[in-house]
Amino acid sequence: MTGITTSGTTDTLLTPKQVAARRASAPHTSMFTRMLVRAAVLRRRRASSALLAMVVAAAVATAMMNLYVDVQAKLRSEFRNYGANVVVVGKDGQALPADALAKIESVLGDKTLAVPFSYAVARTKDGQSVVVVGTDFARARQLNHWWKVSHWPDAPNEALVGMRAAAVVSPNRQPFELTFQGKAIDLVPASMLQTGAGEDSRIYLDQSEFQSWTGVAPSTIEVAANGTAAQVDASIRQLVQLLPSADIRPVRQIMEGEANVLNKTRATLYASATLVVLTSALCVLATLIGWVFDRRRDFAIMKALGASERLINGFFAAEAAALGVVGAILGFFIGIGVAAWIGRVNFHAPVVPRFSVFPYVLAGSVAVALISAILPIELLRRVQPAIILRGE
Amino acid sequence: MFPRIVYESFRRQARRKLLAGIAITLGVAVATAMIAVATDIGDKINRELRSYGANLVVTPQEDTLDVEVGGVNLKPPSDGAFLNEADLPKIRGTFWHHNIIGFSPMLPVTVKIGSSAKDVTLLGTYFDKTLRFGKEDFTTGVHITHPWWKVSCGDGKESATCAWPADDSQNVLLGERLAAQLGKRPGETVEVSGRQLTISGILSTGGAEDDQIVAPLALAQQILGKPGAVRRVYVSALTKPPDALSARDPKTMTPEVYDRWYCSPYVESIAYQLQEVIPHSHAEQIRQVAQNEGTVLSRIKGLMLLITFAALFASALAVSAAMATAIYERRVEVGLMKALGAGNLSVSALFFAEALLLALVGGIAGFSAGALLAHQIGRSIFNSQISIEPVLFPIILALAVFVTFGGSAAAIRRAVKFDPVFALRGEG
Repeated sequence: MTGITTSGTTDTLLTPKQVAARRASAPHTSMFTRMLVRAAVLRRRRASSALLAMVVAAAVATAMMNLYVDVQAKLRSEFRNYGANVVVVGKDGQALPADALAKIESVLGDKTLAVPFSYAVARTKDGQSVVVVGTDFARARQLNHWWKVSHWPDAPNEALVGMRAAAVVSPNRQPFELTFQGKAIDLVPASMLQTGAGEDSRIYLDQSEFQSWTGVAPSTIEVAANGTAAQVDASIRQLVQLLPSADIRPVRQIMEGEANVLNKTRATLYASATLVVLTSALCVLATLIGWVFDRRRDFAIMKALGASERLINGFFAAEAAALGVVGAILGFFIGIGVAAWIGRVNFHAPVVPRFSVFPYVLAGSVAVALISAILPIELLRRVQPAIILRGE
Repeated sequence: MFPRIVYESFRRQARRKLLAGIAITLGVAVATAMIAVATDIGDKINRELRSYGANLVVTPQEDTLDVEVGGVNLKPPSDGAFLNEADLPKIRGTFWHHNIIGFSPMLPVTVKIGSSAKDVTLLGTYFDKTLRFGKEDFTTGVHITHPWWKVSCGDGKESATCAWPADDSQNVLLGERLAAQLGKRPGETVEVSGRQLTISGILSTGGAEDDQIVAPLALAQQILGKPGAVRRVYVSALTKPPDALSARDPKTMTPEVYDRWYCSPYVESIAYQLQEVIPHSHAEQIRQVAQNEGTVLSRIKGLMLLITFAALFASALAVSAAMATAIYERRVEVGLMKALGAGNLSVSALFFAEALLLALVGGIAGFSAGALLAHQIGRSIFNSQISIEPVLFPIILALAVFVTFGGSAAAIRRAVKFDPVFALRGEG
């Protein structure tokens, strides 16, 4: 009879009065908690396997919930590699106000990338027209990861020359001269620029050099706004108020592509997370039912000693609840660790722990534990204690 | 005797066997569904990534520079070289034609509207054109390569009256900003280079086309006076993410490496093959689209792989737990068998035989349930089939048997080690 122990050894015989006094002095709850603790300690093997199942389930559930919330943010930042999702253009090709860039950055925060572009059509020595663009190379480099550039310009008069423009102006990568409205400028190609799109036919210059040469101020600012579609919409509305003289356009190609892929990924993630959480709940259920069923002898003895059904139910429920709580707490921290590890392995950035999922994990764990305790008790209740104790 | 014991065990303890069997079935079902989804997710997301539009562009080899600012082409309209429209169906004849989802030719023509002096670009293209290559008909156009283009009556909502023009019509779409500028509505006509063209809808793209007129390719060719001319072709293809091999120059490869490169759907090799079939052309990847797909794809694939591991782990644990419980409950039986003279070996053999049977039945049931689940996931999320490789079946079955054995082993060892006297006395 390992499940229940008497309340310690007695050396001397006590009178019934003394026994009654001792009983009265000991709080009623202490026996209850003692039973709980002894049950766990004496059957630590079975108890620990039940706890293990609980911990694993809670950990998996925590990891899945954390991932589900965080992965979308992670993927969104991956999608920002596609470049700008909002374009600010001066109305009717007009230049933007000089403080437009500063305004955009102050409104959208530091993390937002905004890159100014200004355009002019210059002529080469042999009279060919070529589009020259002034920009901020440091920003453009961050925004447009896909630009294939071997060496970004860092010296005065260095230019990025698009693949196709290079064939016209500087086939052997020699310095070349461009003229704009009679003003000439000598440029050195720092590197070729390859994108497969319109950029290939253009020449990129540093904005300040470009402006002192042509006098043309930026007419376009490309913005990579972070956040969900709703947040980007809010950013656009803010920009519209801020810059009444400009057209603010969402880049539909980027935004719709992102929304599409993200929705599908989220749905898949949701389905997978549900499956995984259900499976681990099943695992807990199987282990705990076995655990409780295994202790039918305790159950029978308690009943034979006159414990009320309420007490027995309460005992097993308390035990299950305790298991659920401990399992949830341990599992929560392990799960956060797992999520962080997955974040590091897959996204090279840890998943931020979200303590807001803890109540759900806790409630789920306790609920599953209670269900798996009550199911076998219901079965055992119909059986006479004598039959169980006889070992049948 | 042995088969009879196994048979009777299943007959008499149907409830317990059913529980263990259900656990195995569910575990295997989840594992199957997750493996199927994880193996197919790359292909599915790759297709979804095509909503970013074309990842390849084909231009004439000897083209002059584009002089284009803010979507307005400043180059003389007939300047430069053209591709031949008649060559386009040959795109279907490339090695990787199954990976080419669609293509759209583009022919920008600078025109004047009515009597105004301002230049406007009229862009000729395919909307949903039926072409024929060999004996095969196929449709292609901006419907496929530019899925974010939306046609409405000018209010952003789709409606039956404002639709895409037919590819053989004289109808055009007006970009939304141009339409607002001109004050034109669908159903009205617009005079372009002396022709009255009916506006069939207002186009919204969020790009340069919002300031342009988009017309069927044939109409643009008539206006330009160059039948069969195409300025560039956008191609949308399913590609393999770049790796060390993809970036190499095919001219420096050994024949074996070249074959491997040629037969892999890298964006570079597809570009190379497009150049082969379209004479005097130059095919280039659109790096903004092509270079980013790889990262997004590998992130999503990696994520699903890790989650699949979690699912496999959880279902293995569930199966083991169920098996351990089922065996632990039968210590008395073990005690009786041992008291009657059964050796440890024959008792273990009995349990393993039962576990094998359960694993096989649960594995088959679970595989079918998992296949159904994967099918449902594919249909509800991706609107397409998630195919389950038949080769997965023996693997899953082996996995089920392995996990069931693994889960049972510890419990069986303990059950066998248990002293029959205690077991029979009902202690433990």
